[in-house]
Amino acid sequence: MMRFMLLFSRQGKLRLQKWFTSMSDREKKKIIRDMTTMVLARQPRSCNFMQWKDLKIVYKRYASLYFCLGVESQENELLALEIIHRYVELLDKYFGNVCELDIIFNFEKAYFILDEFLMGGEVQETSKQIVNRSIEASDMLQEDDSSEWYEVELFG
Amino acid sequence: MALRRMPAPIRLRELIRTIRTARTQAEEREMIQKECAAIRSSFREEDNTYRCRNVAKLLYMHMLGYPAHFGQLECLKLIASQKFTDKRIGYLGAMLLLDERQDVHLLMTNCIKNDLNHSTQYVQGLALCTLGCMGSSEMCRDLAGEVEKLLKTSNSYLRKKAALCAVHVIRKVPELMEMFLPATKNLLSEKNHGVLHTSVVLLTEMCERSPDMLAHFRKLVPQLVRILKNLIMSGYSPEHDVSGISDPFLQVRILRLLRILGKGDDDSSEAMNDILAQVATNTETSKNVGNAILYETVLTIMDIKSESGLRVLAINILGRFLLNNDKNIRYVALTSLLKTVQTDHNAVQRHRSTIVDCLKDLDVSIKRRAMELSFALVNGNNIRGMMKELLYFLDSCDPEFKADCASGVFLAAEKYAPSKRWHIDTIMRVLTTAGSYVRDDSVPNLIQLITNSVEMHAYTVQRLYKALLDDISQQPLVQVASWCIGEYGDLLVSGQCEEEEPIQVTEDEVLDVLEGLLVSNLSTPVTRGYALTAIMKLSTRFTSVNRIKKVVSIYGSSIDVELQQRAVEYNALFKKYDHMRPALLERMPIMEKTASNGPTEIVQTNGEAEPSVVEAKHPPPVTQPTNQANDLLDLLGGNDVVPVIQTTVPTKPASAGGELLDLLGDLSLSGGPAPAPATSVPSSQPAFLLDGLTSPPLFNDIAAAGIPPMTAYNKNGLKIDFTFERANPNPNIAVITIHASNSTEADMTDFVFQAAVPKTFQLQLLSPSSNVVPALNQGTVTQVIRVLNPQKQQLRMRIKLTYTHKGSAVQDLAEVNNFPPQSWQ
Repeated sequence: MMRFMLLFSRQGKLRLQKWFTSMSDREKKKIIRDMTTMVLARQPRSCNFMQWKDLKIVYKRYASLYFCLGVESQENELLALEIIHRYVELLDKYFGNVCELDIIFNFEKAYFILDEFLMGGEVQETSKQIVNRSIEASDMLQEDDSSEWYEVELFG
Repeated sequence: MALRRMPAPIRLRELIRTIRTARTQAEEREMIQKECAAIRSSFREEDNTYRCRNVAKLLYMHMLGYPAHFGQLECLKLIASQKFTDKRIGYLGAMLLLDERQDVHLLMTNCIKNDLNHSTQYVQGLALCTLGCMGSSEMCRDLAGEVEKLLKTSNSYLRKKAALCAVHVIRKVPELMEMFLPATKNLLSEKNHGVLHTSVVLLTEMCERSPDMLAHFRKLVPQLVRILKNLIMSGYSPEHDVSGISDPFLQVRILRLLRILGKGDDDSSEAMNDILAQVATNTETSKNVGNAILYETVLTIMDIKSESGLRVLAINILGRFLLNNDKNIRYVALTSLLKTVQTDHNAVQRHRSTIVDCLKDLDVSIKRRAMELSFALVNGNNIRGMMKELLYFLDSCDPEFKADCASGVFLAAEKYAPSKRWHIDTIMRVLTTAGSYVRDDSVPNLIQLITNSVEMHAYTVQRLYKALLDDISQQPLVQVASWCIGEYGDLLVSGQCEEEEPIQVTEDEVLDVLEGLLVSNLSTPVTRGYALTAIMKLSTRFTSVNRIKKVVSIYGSSIDVELQQRAVEYNALFKKYDHMRPALLERMPIMEKTASNGPTEIVQTNGEAEPSVVEAKHPPPVTQPTNQANDLLDLLGGNDVVPVIQTTVPTKPASAGGELLDLLGDLSLSGGPAPAPATSVPSSQPAFLLDGLTSPPLFNDIAAAGIPPMTAYNKNGLKIDFTFERANPNPNIAVITIHASNSTEADMTDFVFQAAVPKTFQLQLLSPSSNVVPALNQGTVTQVIRVLNPQKQQLRMRIKLTYTHKGSAVQDLAEVNNFPPQSWQ
């Protein structure tokens, strides 16, 4: 299974954190520190895999964002790269030419999309279309909420 | 009084924009604090309208690293709300802010239960997702039934989520696995890929956790093979296509499940043979996704009971991976080859040259894997070539690799060295190029190796001397060199080297170098110890004894306690015990190795012409009984005796003054073992034995302390007397010398004395003077026993005697209870 997924910028600012096992805040902060340090220190044309304690770290850079997955040792690293890529594609489809700013300003949407793609550290849905359709349908449910009772826009 | 309405809390995006304008950390913190205060008061007002917005803002600030736990209860309120928007943010907040360590998370359970039964599938989905990501064991126990229900639904959107939720439940509460078994019945007949995929994950989890489940699910192999076949053979499916491959995620998971099911089972392995071959040969390898599938296939082939043809195919795929331009593929290949190198050694050997080339790769991860794999491939046939490459690697690699590489080189050299000269040269090369990175335990190992390479002594000491002239900063090199010079300095100055051009060096030059080590800032205290002892040893090999005496006396007042002690001892050796000095400082005999990384145990003396001293022994760890001691235990049957460590008899009789030298045998006066007692003697060593090594009981008069001797055994003509001494530094140690005499007309040969004591004691038995007790009381065999008695209990001993007398083997057991009180009080 995957243990965590982190997104961070080239300056090491965290943009998304998904944890698939229960951990204390201190442990999480340490992992974030370690991952950002390790990944940002890598040479540009290095391979995308590292060993960290008993986990394999799979990372890939897309524009200004680093996507970093910590997976258990029996996981297929090459497939993990495909998982990262699939997530980026999903974001891209949703936001239309996604960039880091989209994820900064709509972080909750990034989480919602992730939660339709992965769950409990495993891939939940392998079809791009189904994930997209689920997100669209959920978004529409939200609009139903707001149009029924409130004029105020809850999300800017 | 007019109630002033609170202004509406600012929107999420506006907050984000504002915070991003902060130019310093302090400015940001100020903004955050201000907003948090506003949010707190908004929460206090119990305002439903803006709760969602406020929690969302809180989550953003949490991501920046600021504390947000005051929002936890608000998340719970959102989850309980009827609005989907609220629930969405509420569940997200719960996943980010709550965790199972805090009891408050349990408040979610009821909400989740309700939402699992909600009429809207997206609400059910939220509940399943949250439970499946962070559900605690208690929550899982409470809600497993609901999950199980949903696992049987026909709604594929919910079914796939329920499957992964079940996986989480099983991980948290393994005992609940059974209850999901019925629902797995027709999971694989689903057409929906999402459900198929998560079902395979669920089945995998169950099989990994329970051998019974594994056996039960083996029958699914044909079905899995069919599904995989369909995926490969089916045409283009836009929904699942990734670069021309249909649903690679599902393919990989199926391959992984097949691996688990086929492992160790002939029938299952055979059933999947064809499909594996098909995947291995037909998968498109131009993109990462195809290689991901190939990689998983290779892992499966190697793990199950596949035919040899298939295995060779797999290894060849890995070989091709090694030549791939893509670094990731090369890395993955090396990792897999490392896993298979034990089982399919010859097949992997064929790719040796490619693997060795990877040592030169620029990528750090690849280099490390290549290094590990290279060491695994070294054998007697390729040692010279491989070592050349590995030494070159050692020269040029990053510091992070040097220690491991050096250790690997030493190990490989030890196992497969084609000649002693080659071995010494290799060690020299490592010491000179990576000398500061070698591990501490290498030093005694190397010293032992050098000692045993008798014909190479002159060559070795010459090379080491030259290395010292170049560089004295690398401590392991310096230590080994000092020791060698101390030991073989005579060969150095006499220019006896045969292997290469002998150098001209005088005694003074050698002493200059050693003294230089003593004063250099680069030398560690351990190194200084080596240097001083080496200088001392040269007093019997060089003629310039006066110079040495001077150096030794100077260090008698050194601030370093270790150096000071040595200097004082050596001084005493010059003054009071000068007659013993030559014998004490003699050449070391060959040491026989027990294990390459373990403590060395000196078992026999060498066959050199000079009479050899019963050499300094490393007291073997008390925790490792020898076979003889085990026998003793068996025989005595008691649980209260501690096994004795028996050091075996030297093949040559000890030189004159045997008893004294036996006692001296503890003292490591040569530079080898003593300077590094911490490294060569394992830490389980009881402290008192080390006391015996470093402090010199001999140089104080060992007062007999008036303890009367006793007869411990007297039967069939064999009499064993005990005499007592106290080792002065430690009054808890009694030193007993046994004297065995034989009044019969025939010699007692192959004489072995063994002893055992109750658990509260500790015992050390040193080498006997001989294993023949001559007839008619013409001589005695003596042996020293040291007993540690920290609790001052009454000393008891069981002894076992074996010997051959007039052609027949004799064995006897006895208890010794008549120890005089002074020996243990």
